[in-house]
Amino acid sequence: MVEVAKVDLTNVKPYGDTLNDGMVQLGFTLPVPAGDEAGEAARQLAKKMGLDEPSVVYYKDLGVGYTYFVVYGKCAHTVDYTKIEVPKVDVDVMSKEGVEEYIKDHIKRKVVIVGACTGTDAHTVGIDAIMNMKGYAGHYGLERYEGMEAYNLGSQVPNEELVAKAIELNADAILVSQVVTQKDVHIPNLTQLVELLEAEGIRDKVVLTCGGPRISHELAKELGYDAGFGTGSFAEDVATFVVTEMVNRNLV
Amino acid sequence: MSKLNLDPKLIDSSRNAARNIADDVQKFIDEHTTSATERTVVRLLGIDGVDEIEKPLPNVVVDNIKEGGGLGRGAAYWIGNAVVNTGNTPQEIAEKIARGEIDITRLPAANEEKIREVIFDMAEKTVERIKANREKRSDLISTLGEGKRPYLYVIVATGNIYEDIIQAQAAARQGADVIAVIRTTGQSLLDYVPYGATTEGFGGTYATQENFKLMRKALDEVGEEVGRYIRLCNYCSGLCMPEIAAMGAMERLDMMLNDALYGILFRDINMQRTLVDQYFSRIINGFAGIIINTGEDNYLTTDDAVEAAHTVLASQFINEQFAKKAGIPEEQMGLGHAFEMDPTLENGFLYELAQAQMAREIFPNAPLKYMPPTKYMTGNIFKGHIQDALFNMVSIMTNQGIQLLGMLTEAIHTPHLHDRYLSIENAQYIFSNARNLGDEIEFKEGGMIQNRAQEVLGNAEELLTQIEKEGLFQTIEQGKFGGVKRARTGGKGLDGVAKKDSGYFNPFIELMLGGDR
Repeated sequence: MVEVAKVDLTNVKPYGDTLNDGMVQLGFTLPVPAGDEAGEAARQLAKKMGLDEPSVVYYKDLGVGYTYFVVYGKCAHTVDYTKIEVPKVDVDVMSKEGVEEYIKDHIKRKVVIVGACTGTDAHTVGIDAIMNMKGYAGHYGLERYEGMEAYNLGSQVPNEELVAKAIELNADAILVSQVVTQKDVHIPNLTQLVELLEAEGIRDKVVLTCGGPRISHELAKELGYDAGFGTGSFAEDVATFVVTEMVNRNLV
Repeated sequence: MSKLNLDPKLIDSSRNAARNIADDVQKFIDEHTTSATERTVVRLLGIDGVDEIEKPLPNVVVDNIKEGGGLGRGAAYWIGNAVVNTGNTPQEIAEKIARGEIDITRLPAANEEKIREVIFDMAEKTVERIKANREKRSDLISTLGEGKRPYLYVIVATGNIYEDIIQAQAAARQGADVIAVIRTTGQSLLDYVPYGATTEGFGGTYATQENFKLMRKALDEVGEEVGRYIRLCNYCSGLCMPEIAAMGAMERLDMMLNDALYGILFRDINMQRTLVDQYFSRIINGFAGIIINTGEDNYLTTDDAVEAAHTVLASQFINEQFAKKAGIPEEQMGLGHAFEMDPTLENGFLYELAQAQMAREIFPNAPLKYMPPTKYMTGNIFKGHIQDALFNMVSIMTNQGIQLLGMLTEAIHTPHLHDRYLSIENAQYIFSNARNLGDEIEFKEGGMIQNRAQEVLGNAEELLTQIEKEGLFQTIEQGKFGGVKRARTGGKGLDGVAKKDSGYFNPFIELMLGGDR
């Protein structure tokens, strides 16, 4: 009897229906008219991407002399999974009740959190999911946490206004949401907030975090934030980080 | 015939309450004007272009009037007075103001009869031009034909109008009926409209008159080619609501997002300002034959689609009444709603069906604008494509008018060229495959779908009666819509609101509301 092959974590490649078959599916458009030459172009491109035996399984004329392709191929490359290190927000996430308990035991006062979608960004889904009472997908937002005072300033808040509000409320933490990241518009905006906080001399006195679908913890750290939260983060992830960071940095 | 067994008394009572709510706000609107409203008058009198620091001349003129304390009399009066005094055209007068050669409120006061005469003369010419655009649209639709409803509505959002054109023409060839050019993020908060063709924007492209003109021409061309009139949509909201309406009317746009409540709640625009702006913008849209789209769908992105369903219906009733006041016929009321329930909700499809059918029955002549799932789109493009398919299914079963196509890549990026193709293919397949399904089915009496619709209508009626008592401004202050609270004197743009004085006149309101339609 043939046993199932064992995964070699130092040489990992995509799995289609057999270990190490390397199968990858792609969808893309080339700016060339549909036809045999277009199909060949897609195939050659897939080869250059490192896909062996590329196969164009579907293509469609998009109406402006461009062609859409669905392509399969076998990835020639591998990665060493054992050598991977990803910077992460390093805390054991507590439940809402856990956070509330933690505040009672270790902070012994209200934790003030100010959040906003800053700059020109008008997409509040992220900050709403984290902060609003209702929360998201069954995870209640920070407004509902006992021991927290959460202020969601909404969309398109200038950094100056956010900083002013944080000072006025004597905020313990600032949450910034950035959803629109086309042409990297979020980078200068996030950087400016850090500069403003430093200029006001309060950067050390607050826990500063950012979040959004294109935001990683690594990027956030690089930009001078304490933490970054990407897709799949919920209120308790943010809350846990904020309260433990406050205690760790002696901001209680 | 009602499939939902809705109580006509509740519908009448809701409509009455909404009428009273709109009447109440209209009193406020009639007593006020705004800087944006007056800039619109300026534009419609033929003033365009920018000064040497790129400031639009309509802003130059209205700022000059405002500084002279004359906003309450209206730009038409001041421009008329300047024309009578100088014999110049409005454009020449604007250029002189820009160069500091004229202070428009410091000219000698001319005879008021004479002022009205020269202004109405000019205004009638603009109104004729807009009317001609409306007729041209009807001609094109009757010669070229148009897509079946629901219209397939897609967005382009590259930031570069020339790139937008490529994508828009591709979409039209793939089957799109409506192309909306998303505005650059932040434009709604600009208190001026940028000038000229633009190639730089974030998450969208600036709405400018030149961009409108370029896209109109491109869609007319591709419309000829595919044998279908392709509608052009833009965004008539934010601080320049009526100006954008005027530009759209002059360049034959066909659809405009146009909703003050949306601006108040989601862009924090001052409620007094934007309700006054909305009135004039809707008069223009109504006269120009432009279908307005209202923004109720947005409530469901911040509030829960199941619990807040009645706020959508209540807002639709209110928007209907505001539209009526501005002379918009029902056929141009694209009242908004959305397919935004949590996909994990058991029988969610039935509730969505109930909501969509309810809107259809309560607003039988309105081309309802149905918005796709966005809030629960995850980046799992394959599941997203199925969510969009269910959304399309509800639409064809309930005869929606305008289908804003969902994109499988929602929550990831602005649509790629092929995302749009996949969405159009999805909708075409389902609309064709189930075209008359709605005609063939009835809903079980006392079943889940009927009960749900009745419950939502009942709650909406209750909310409307409450708003009728308290007033719309107060209701918004309490956060009843979208769960967002806004203060009457808060938000952006309040400084642009002025009380009209007794000499105020706006020729376009008279000509467009009262005149030959």
